[in-house]
Amino acid sequence: MAETPGLLTPEIREWVGRADTPQRLDVTRRDIMKYAIATEQRQDKYLRGDEAPPMFLFNAHQPLVQIETLRADGLTPDPLLPDLPLKRVMAGGIKNIYYRPIKPGDVLVLTRTLTDIYEKQGRTGPLIFVAYAVRVEAEDGELVMEETRRRIFR
Amino acid sequence: MPTLSTVTVGTSLDERTHEPSMVSLFLYNAVIWNPHRIHFDESYTTQVEKHPGIVVDGPLQGDWLSQVVTEWIGDDGALVELEYSNRRAAYLGERLRAGGEVVEVDQSDGTVTLEIYIKNADDQVIAPGRAVVRLRD
Repeated sequence: MAETPGLLTPEIREWVGRADTPQRLDVTRRDIMKYAIATEQRQDKYLRGDEAPPMFLFNAHQPLVQIETLRADGLTPDPLLPDLPLKRVMAGGIKNIYYRPIKPGDVLVLTRTLTDIYEKQGRTGPLIFVAYAVRVEAEDGELVMEETRRRIFR
Repeated sequence: MPTLSTVTVGTSLDERTHEPSMVSLFLYNAVIWNPHRIHFDESYTTQVEKHPGIVVDGPLQGDWLSQVVTEWIGDDGALVELEYSNRRAAYLGERLRAGGEVVEVDQSDGTVTLEIYIKNADDQVIAPGRAVVRLRD
């Protein structure tokens, strides 16, 4: 895929660097068990909810908003993004670094920062890639996990 | 379970087949609080977003990649890094396979690097990835 500058204005690029209000997350055994069932885990530690599977926190930073404020496609509006010229969203991938397992009773603080917006030419047309960094800490500031996440607008 | 002293480059991880259903996709999107209509609203997905069918979540495929790794290392190993890219979409009804292979063993720091993948029925890698794990001696 080649770079095809043009869709992203300086005003859009100015959003890079913004961060969300940190989200507090209380990790419960029941939520881990639900996640383990939904993802068809096979290891006891996950199915019993003793430990969270590695992808458990995907989307956990997302602000919780009322149904009437969701986008037409169902998605939660992203407070870190301006109106983009492409609207259809796909998952792009992640990179996670794990410092310790997450267990029931953990109280985590998730902070998300918009780290990049760039465009490429895809197989079916132009694409806008949006990258975020999510920092997951315990209440005492202990670093638990770092996530880099990409979304694709097409 | 693999140990640092016995694992070798080229070792394959067990493949697992996934055939998500409408119910399993519903449950997954419910637990991650994802109301994106391309995962449950077929007429919207095909007519408005022009997909050929209900879309299998990219991060669910990422979870399957993590399971290939965590099942291989067992309770004695630790996952240090996980990364993947969703390169091609997958749709409800597809039969997908998750697997991987050891590509590097670093005895000095006790880590093993794995290449991992999700493949579709045409054997295309739709989500390539990489993981770093720490194994006991």
